[in-house]
Amino acid sequence: MFFTYLWRELRRRMRQAIFIAVGLALGIGLVITVTAASAGVKNAQASVLHSLYGVGTDITVTKAPTASSTGSGFGFGFRQAIGTGTRPKAGSKIDDNTLTSDVTLSALGSSDVTNIGKMSDVAAAAGGLTLTDRTVSGTVPAINFNGGGGGGGFGGSGGSSSGTHNPSSFGANFNINSFVVNGVDIANGELGPLSTGKISSGRTFTTADASSDVALVDSSWATTNKLKVGDTIAVGNSKAAATNFKIVGIVTEPAGATPADVYIPLGVAQTLANMKNDVNTIYVAATNGQDISSVASTISKTVPGSTVTDQNTLASQLTGSISSASSLANDLGKWLAIAVLVAAFLLASLLTISAVSRRIREFGTLKALGWKSRRIVGQVMGESIAIGIVGGAVGVGLGFLGASLVGKFTTPLTATLGSNTGSATPGGSRFFGGGTGGSGFAGTGGTGGTGGGGTGGTNPFRGGFADATRAADTVAVHLTAPVTISVVVIAVGLAILGGLIAGGFGGWRAARLRPADALSKVA
Amino acid sequence: MYKLTGVTKDYPKGRQTVHALRGVDLDIADGEWLAIQGPTGHGKSTLLQILGGLDRATSGSVDFGGREMTRLRETQMTKLRASSVGFIFQTFNLIPTLSAQENVETALVPLGVSDRSRRARAVEALSSLGLGDRLRHLPGELSGGQQQRVAIARALVKEPQVLLADEPTGNLDEDTRDEIISLLEKLWQDNGLTMVIVTHDSTVARRAQRLGTMRNGKITVKQKV
Repeated sequence: MFFTYLWRELRRRMRQAIFIAVGLALGIGLVITVTAASAGVKNAQASVLHSLYGVGTDITVTKAPTASSTGSGFGFGFRQAIGTGTRPKAGSKIDDNTLTSDVTLSALGSSDVTNIGKMSDVAAAAGGLTLTDRTVSGTVPAINFNGGGGGGGFGGSGGSSSGTHNPSSFGANFNINSFVVNGVDIANGELGPLSTGKISSGRTFTTADASSDVALVDSSWATTNKLKVGDTIAVGNSKAAATNFKIVGIVTEPAGATPADVYIPLGVAQTLANMKNDVNTIYVAATNGQDISSVASTISKTVPGSTVTDQNTLASQLTGSISSASSLANDLGKWLAIAVLVAAFLLASLLTISAVSRRIREFGTLKALGWKSRRIVGQVMGESIAIGIVGGAVGVGLGFLGASLVGKFTTPLTATLGSNTGSATPGGSRFFGGGTGGSGFAGTGGTGGTGGGGTGGTNPFRGGFADATRAADTVAVHLTAPVTISVVVIAVGLAILGGLIAGGFGGWRAARLRPADALSKVA
Repeated sequence: MYKLTGVTKDYPKGRQTVHALRGVDLDIADGEWLAIQGPTGHGKSTLLQILGGLDRATSGSVDFGGREMTRLRETQMTKLRASSVGFIFQTFNLIPTLSAQENVETALVPLGVSDRSRRARAVEALSSLGLGDRLRHLPGELSGGQQQRVAIARALVKEPQVLLADEPTGNLDEDTRDEIISLLEKLWQDNGLTMVIVTHDSTVARRAQRLGTMRNGKITVKQKV
């Protein structure tokens, strides 16, 4: 009787039932579409962050350089000669290969890695050392420098991009070449810079390589420099002397990653850079995803002055259309879906109450026949839930359609992480040489300077690194809007909830009826 | 069957109170047929609602087969309506979406009768009233007389002790009225029902054993000569 009565009643007011169901369907469809689009944007973000970050890595710990350390990373290459106070003679050959720490990062102790690794909720921690190798080679020109003494130095390091630079006023005689070297903790290879990479030829590091002069090379850098497995590359040290490393593998990092050019074992890198027991990046994996925030917070306290970065931090730094899409999905989409859903619920409730009001005599008669209020309320709610289920089913269809349209018609999203133009130049402008009244090369204080110091002598050598700032990392990601089973279940649940709310109001109205109403209508 | 003593019923109407019943004393014996007449708005239907447990008296006593109805809880009142009282309304009050058979079945739903038994009893009740060929028809597909016969079948299918009818022939033409009232008379006689009929129609009222007249919320009952 319940289902017969329910079906006949719905058939009687088919138009109204369809109206309510369509309202609910639109709301549900919008919820699914927005949720799917939001999940798609999140997936896209995750995919970008994943490539930028490392597969197993949840947190990275770095330390910004202090003011006193700024610019000390890379003095001009002639420090030995300059240190003597003797100006290199015109025509003398220069060939210095120096390996220094990335000037944007301060050193962290190996003990920090150990301490973090011992923290609760930390699965593993690995240190990494990002270094810059610069080679200056050429012949000292016969130039009369008018600058004052003591300036010296290139100032800030040249950023992380590599390439050969031939400054117009200087480069005629010198080649300046730089590339990024990454010291990799081979014992914890699952974390850190190599975790996202794939070996396109050769092999990766083994534990036997920990103290060997072997290197992996980034594939695009290898292509540019025509390098292959078995070749050797020269990596400098803190004393400007080069060591040849045998290339054992070529690494391909995913799009969006910021790969180093050359990877060498951490211990070897520390020795060459004279940074024994130092790292400048710590890669941390949390025991599970929920612990990341608390682990990050603990690390901040444990390593004073450190910069702790997790995926949320990175996500907040994302710019580009992916960020706009995320905001759109999270803000406008979410509220639009809620508004439509609330409107649909309201509409369903009002129409149900209205329908119940028109059936006062019917329900009064049933009460007179001995039907309990509960049974009548159940009948009304059953009708509403049936409409809700139909609305939910249609809404799921609409949701799938909407999600597929999102995937089909949206243009690829772009994500830009941390555009750091200029930030790789802590010393500001990239002058080297020339303090006021000094004599560029001949000055006695040429121990690297403190960041390009001079205010412009008469002969400022405009920086060969001026264009060496690192470009922002931009990735294009195709947006898909995945509809998961859980979303479908939630959507159908919402539709049923809508039916329950509407039926609840209608049932409440029906339950308040006095059975005498049936007779009073005709009295 | 019924013993009403000093029954009053007051309704609030805006800021005023309507005294629908002003101290009704009435005895209705088992198997008796009582017709109630009177002008509109003098309390006929209110009295019928109190007899049927659809409404409660403001004061006084309503004894139904030894049970004081004014003290029954709502669930008990619902159960009493379901099992012991059959109603017939002027406008038939059939559920428009249900067939004749299903309408009759609605009276058996609160009694927990099984589906099969419910169907069988509904078919039997309708067939006994000459509607065996109208089982699947919706109320809208039936004439007024047929609809009232479906309503009578619905009222009697549960074999109640009391049949309460509020203007059962009010919407029918004379021939159909006579047909329906003859049917009710036969059912009353055959089933030993206690029957109370509120009517404006003197032709109907004259067929009853006793005739009560409601005026200003009070009833005067005369034995039929």
